[in-house]
Amino acid sequence: MLEHDVLVVGAGLAGMRAALAAHQKGASVAIVSKVHPVRSHSNAAQGGINAALTDRGDDWHEHAYDTVKGSDFLGDQDAIEIMCREAGPELISLEHMGVIFNRDEEGRLGTRAFGGQQKARTFFVADFTGQAMLHVLYEQLMKAEVPVYEEWFVLSLIVEDGVCCGVVSMEMATGRVYVIRAKTVILATGGVGRLFEPSTNALIVTGDGMALAYRSGAPLMDMEMIQYHPTTLTGSGVLITEGARGEGAYLLNSKGERFMERYAPNMMELASRDVVSRAEQTEINEGRGVNGCVLLDLRHLGEDLIRERLTQIVDIGMDFAGVNIIEQPIPIRPGMHYIMGGIKTDVDGQTNIRGLYAAGECANVSVHGGNRLGVNSLLDTVVFGRRSGEHAAQTAADIEYVTLNVESYTKQANDRFADLYARDKSGTRWSSIRLGLGTEMDKNFGVYRNEEGMQSLSRSVRQYQEEYQNVTLQDKGKRFNTDLVFTLELGFMLDCAEAIVAGGLDRKESRGAHSRTDYPERDDENWLQHVLVSASSEGPIVSHLPTVITQWKPEERKY
Amino acid sequence: MEVTVSVRRFDPERSEQGSYWQDYGVDVEETASVLDSLIKIREEIDGSLALRCSCRSAICGSCAMRINGHAKLACNTKMTEVVSEENKITVEPAGNMPVLKDLVVDQKLFWDKIRQVSPWIRPVGEEPTGEYLAPNEDMVHLAGVMACIMCGACVSDCTVLEVDKNFIGPAALAKAYRFVADPRDGENRSRLGILSEYSGIWDCTRCYECVEVCPKDVAPMDRIMALRDEAMGQGYDDNYGARHTEVFTQSVSHSGWLNELMLPIKTFGMFNLPAMMNMAPVGLRALLKGKMPSLFHKPVPQVEKVRRLVKKIAAEQKKN
Repeated sequence: MLEHDVLVVGAGLAGMRAALAAHQKGASVAIVSKVHPVRSHSNAAQGGINAALTDRGDDWHEHAYDTVKGSDFLGDQDAIEIMCREAGPELISLEHMGVIFNRDEEGRLGTRAFGGQQKARTFFVADFTGQAMLHVLYEQLMKAEVPVYEEWFVLSLIVEDGVCCGVVSMEMATGRVYVIRAKTVILATGGVGRLFEPSTNALIVTGDGMALAYRSGAPLMDMEMIQYHPTTLTGSGVLITEGARGEGAYLLNSKGERFMERYAPNMMELASRDVVSRAEQTEINEGRGVNGCVLLDLRHLGEDLIRERLTQIVDIGMDFAGVNIIEQPIPIRPGMHYIMGGIKTDVDGQTNIRGLYAAGECANVSVHGGNRLGVNSLLDTVVFGRRSGEHAAQTAADIEYVTLNVESYTKQANDRFADLYARDKSGTRWSSIRLGLGTEMDKNFGVYRNEEGMQSLSRSVRQYQEEYQNVTLQDKGKRFNTDLVFTLELGFMLDCAEAIVAGGLDRKESRGAHSRTDYPERDDENWLQHVLVSASSEGPIVSHLPTVITQWKPEERKY
Repeated sequence: MEVTVSVRRFDPERSEQGSYWQDYGVDVEETASVLDSLIKIREEIDGSLALRCSCRSAICGSCAMRINGHAKLACNTKMTEVVSEENKITVEPAGNMPVLKDLVVDQKLFWDKIRQVSPWIRPVGEEPTGEYLAPNEDMVHLAGVMACIMCGACVSDCTVLEVDKNFIGPAALAKAYRFVADPRDGENRSRLGILSEYSGIWDCTRCYECVEVCPKDVAPMDRIMALRDEAMGQGYDDNYGARHTEVFTQSVSHSGWLNELMLPIKTFGMFNLPAMMNMAPVGLRALLKGKMPSLFHKPVPQVEKVRRLVKKIAAEQKKN
């Protein structure tokens, strides 16, 4: 039987960092991932990674405060303190692993400014920091000879007597089902961007890990906190890095005004993402947009700076919008980008299920609360990826493998496939449900939300769930059947949609990314707490947990 | 815009029928990429079409395939740029790698070659408590190589790999360059030694195909040439490739043109009997066709000018 002390699901930054940490602690570790590690969506992180380095005159307390404020005081401050304190050493260890990073004149790590922060503390590799880190982590993984089950799709978690002891997985190349036994399992599967149409996210980002955990009895927390990124291209939703504004780009409305003056007079374009996205949406709603967009203007930065530091978006502008950003402003709009919510974990990545961990975007520690600051996501992945990996390795060292009935697990999965394959080809396909669902999520769960819209969304989700019961496949083959994979992913996405809408309806206030037109104010008295959603046969069950506050009392949030 | 997308398909469960072409008619927007059309086929016409794709913005490296016969990323190739006058394009799987299904190839060979160059940093000496100091120009230069997304377009269209599967290939050699040129890496001598061996940097034929097809401007061949310079500079000149280069330069700087007779003899060595025996049939055929180079290699007229030019280039190179 395939077995490992620590099994990591997902091979983005959080997953690979977790695997490396577990390996360094002496555990036998493997990764299972539905794509090759370097195809993971961490690639898309452009801007950089935050860290307050003391030898640069920065202080992690300030970084923590900016993060707490950015989270609209929903982030748990004990977790935020850990993340910001460990950022420096983690950044240096990444540099030692080989990440190249842009430098200052003395050859030390150089910084750029980013949104929602008092100091420039973003370390970066041009505008492909995520890719540069992801590829280096994979280099380290090759060096450590950590095995990777590449292009294996995880179907379910194995939880027996309240302990997670492995996964059931399908090798995509052959369609064969395998049980992988493990002493501990770390979910690092990323977000659920494709639930929204459009989204900046890659097509593989379908909430698999969140749904796997949710189905197994782990609660999802603050799922209503969906981040709309202020600068995405219309149509495809492709991302333009916040680094552009970090380098000094302006946002203009149809009259050519820098409208952020009215919304965030101090931080202007570099206010928190939720603030900027709301400002843009308001401009567009009030008729000062340009074809449903506003304009991002980089022209005054000059060609040299743009070409050195924003290389990739020169190409993106050209390839995906036909705009030369050196000479013309580029139309952009707020677009779904990230989910702050996720599987509830403690600061070591542990969920409520023994042996089950989560890290990265699929987890909620919670360090981002109601709104994530730009480039805190990469930091989250490596700090909590490492912590999960270390803790999981230690846990695994003290326990034995559980005896599993492998045949029954594989049979269950194969029976499900047989049922899917037996249906005729003419019914509803994954693609039409996915498009319908995504469009409605964007419409009713966008920058602004209200009761009516979310109730209608809730009904739609239930309807789509029913339709999904009879979904049909066009490809009846075993090998590399992507029709099957997308169908399975859609099942995961529907679970996530259910939790997101339940959370959104429950939170009756406006905080961070959750802006309700029917409850426009933040309500600390009643809602300075997390919303947890658990699965049950009767539908989602909502519960609450107080926010952890250590040193920063909630205050009015102005930029 | 109505286009016909002609896809070379292969179903591993009916491998006996081999690969075959299937045409799909799709209506796409003027701004659509080739990937948009393939996704549309997959979602609306034929769910059995297999391809890898994910980010749609040329960063994940999943969708390298041959479009109209050349390797490209489907996501950043605009339909309008590649359709024929009849609004048709052809799409095939990437080359030089076995096809698993339709447009999906087995990239094992690709990654095996990457692993072959020990693709991780190997600093020497004690690790500093802070970061390693490194000049920004070096890092910006390296960023040009790190921009590689491992899509395999260069490997797909490498003309050497087509005939010799042992060649380490453009992607892995570019990756190797990334470490050799990294001021933090302490093993660049041993790396260059290994890369100078058979199947390494000297096996590239400089056809330029990898530079042409690379979607991220990594220019693998240029990196391979930089590795050659670096290797010879560090004294790895006792191999066919380096000697070939030396003899070539000597001949041109001496007589103003290439001494074709002496090139193989000096490269392989006069007393390298197996190599000389190998060359014999070629020599014989050349002789029979009257194409044997003359035994007396005469300098070109005004050879002095060529010599001055060579000296000037050498001096320039020294300055750099």
